[in-house]
Amino acid sequence: MSLTLLLVQGLNGLQLGILLFLIAAGLTLVFGVMDFINLAHGVQYMVGAYLAAYFAAQTGSFWAALALALPAALVVGLVLEFLVFRHLYDRDHMAQVLATFGVILILNDGVKLLFGSAPLQVPMPAALTGGVPIMDGLLYPHYRIAIIAGGLATAALLWWLVERTKVGMLIRAGATNAPMVAALGIDIRRLFMVVFGFGAMLAGFAGVMAAPILSVEPGMGDNLLILAFVVIVIGGIGSVRGAFLAALLVGLVETLGRSMMPDLMRLVLDPSAARQVGAALASMLIYIAMAAILAFRPAGLFPVRAA
Amino acid sequence: MRELGRILGRELPALLLLGGLAAAPFIGFGEGYMLTLLARMMILAMAAVSLSFIVAGAGLVSLGHAATLGFGAYAVVILDDLQVVDALFVLPAAILAAAGFALVTGAVAIRTSGVNFIMITLAFGQMAFFTASSLSGYGGDDGYTLYARTEVNGARLLDDRLVFHFVCLGALVLTWLLCRMLLASRFGRVLRAVRGNPMRAQALGFSPYPYRLTAYVIAGALGGAAGFLFANATEFVAPAYISWQRSGELLFMVILGGLSGLHGALLGAIGFVLLEEWLSHQWEHWRIAFGVLLILAVLFLPGGLSGIPAQLGRMLRRG
Repeated sequence: MSLTLLLVQGLNGLQLGILLFLIAAGLTLVFGVMDFINLAHGVQYMVGAYLAAYFAAQTGSFWAALALALPAALVVGLVLEFLVFRHLYDRDHMAQVLATFGVILILNDGVKLLFGSAPLQVPMPAALTGGVPIMDGLLYPHYRIAIIAGGLATAALLWWLVERTKVGMLIRAGATNAPMVAALGIDIRRLFMVVFGFGAMLAGFAGVMAAPILSVEPGMGDNLLILAFVVIVIGGIGSVRGAFLAALLVGLVETLGRSMMPDLMRLVLDPSAARQVGAALASMLIYIAMAAILAFRPAGLFPVRAA
Repeated sequence: MRELGRILGRELPALLLLGGLAAAPFIGFGEGYMLTLLARMMILAMAAVSLSFIVAGAGLVSLGHAATLGFGAYAVVILDDLQVVDALFVLPAAILAAAGFALVTGAVAIRTSGVNFIMITLAFGQMAFFTASSLSGYGGDDGYTLYARTEVNGARLLDDRLVFHFVCLGALVLTWLLCRMLLASRFGRVLRAVRGNPMRAQALGFSPYPYRLTAYVIAGALGGAAGFLFANATEFVAPAYISWQRSGELLFMVILGGLSGLHGALLGAIGFVLLEEWLSHQWEHWRIAFGVLLILAVLFLPGGLSGIPAQLGRMLRRG
């Protein structure tokens, strides 16, 4: 494997990691602060992508679509919170899993009903269609670099919000001990709503950014949801810092594993078997990593909740 | 005699459901399509009962139970490819494969608890899923079509639809009886004590780990037997059968039915399959209605389907 290819795959891994972080950040906060398992977080990413596709088709501009899709994703999140989720905070995890699975079914088929099951395309913004030459004849797209930059900027903003503002302080306190925060006179329900809406918007933002490079289709959030759960479990539930590092780790392992595993396997197996086993092992790598981390550090890499 | 009456009374819901399944072919549900649906229902109920045994009995909420069915089903496939097609070999192999998988993964998973247990069983389930996808000799992602159903001591017994119906029913009854007896035994009481308060159980001198692992392996073995039947029912096995969504569906059957007893899992599986079948014929986008019903069931039926009578009773008493 050449160094250039490694660089390209590394950048792709970084970009997947950034998208994962945007989804996992909301998930880990909702999970950490409210002790609420939201399986429907993945479809909020899908909703973001569909909103981007819809607004892009209406306005003809990616930037206008971005500007309209974000508040719309926030509204969708708040409506879901109002209709379904707020009635589940006091219930056990199994009830939450069941009800939020219902939300997945509704939204996955809902977008099929509204937009059809064929994948939609979202045009890339014109200013970012070019690429950076990495070597002769190989361009790395500007748009993917923009995703990495946008994601890193969002991560920085999130860090500032969580670590340096009063709301952030309450969120951190809530993740450590929610009943105590409520006992100190904070309206924890309103805090929940803020966290929830914000998390939905972050997932929607990831969906908008992914829309031009992936096909927008029903069920696109399901596999990413599982990856995001892997991320928050590895990172430690409730920890934004843990989610960031774990997301980059998962993104890189997933992408590099897929491109390198078959080659590595070729050292010990014949080529066709190496391709098979390599592909399977590459898909499994992050799950193996998660199982290993959970076996030795059951609370993840950056545990938040006091034991 | 009075003891027997009391047991019968307590198990009435389960006995009614099983009796209904036994009578179904003779009261107008005997044609091919209905029998296929009933077989699917009973096999999924078998998996749901074994899952309910560890979820309600031991507090082990596994999101990877479909993988044990996968091990059972792929044991049938691999032996079919080797032209070993007699149930005398295939069924024990399916059960052992699934139990072995449960033993190895359970040994690690049971060290964790709560949400992390859900996630680690999910991780092992995904590993099984990707392993199955990579088995290109057995169709990879596309799946593998069996040459024929498994023979029983050289006879093509399972080919007869009615016989297969009662084989599935027998397996479901055995699964239910086994789980029921285990839960009522000393073993089951220790499991419940550990679920309720691990620390107290330990103080009483019970180490939770071996009990929980044993329960997990038993559930896995039963899942393997269900997988054996599933492969024979559809005569086709694909990795999609062991995707995490499948494990999720099994868990939903258990929760939808209610966790107050094993009959909840029976009711959940039957209700789930019937609702899915009925709705999917009504509307192309039936999953929307299915999702709405799921949410309503969670919000308004905290005890699941099996908790409805008690809930009605409470409402009536309140006036």
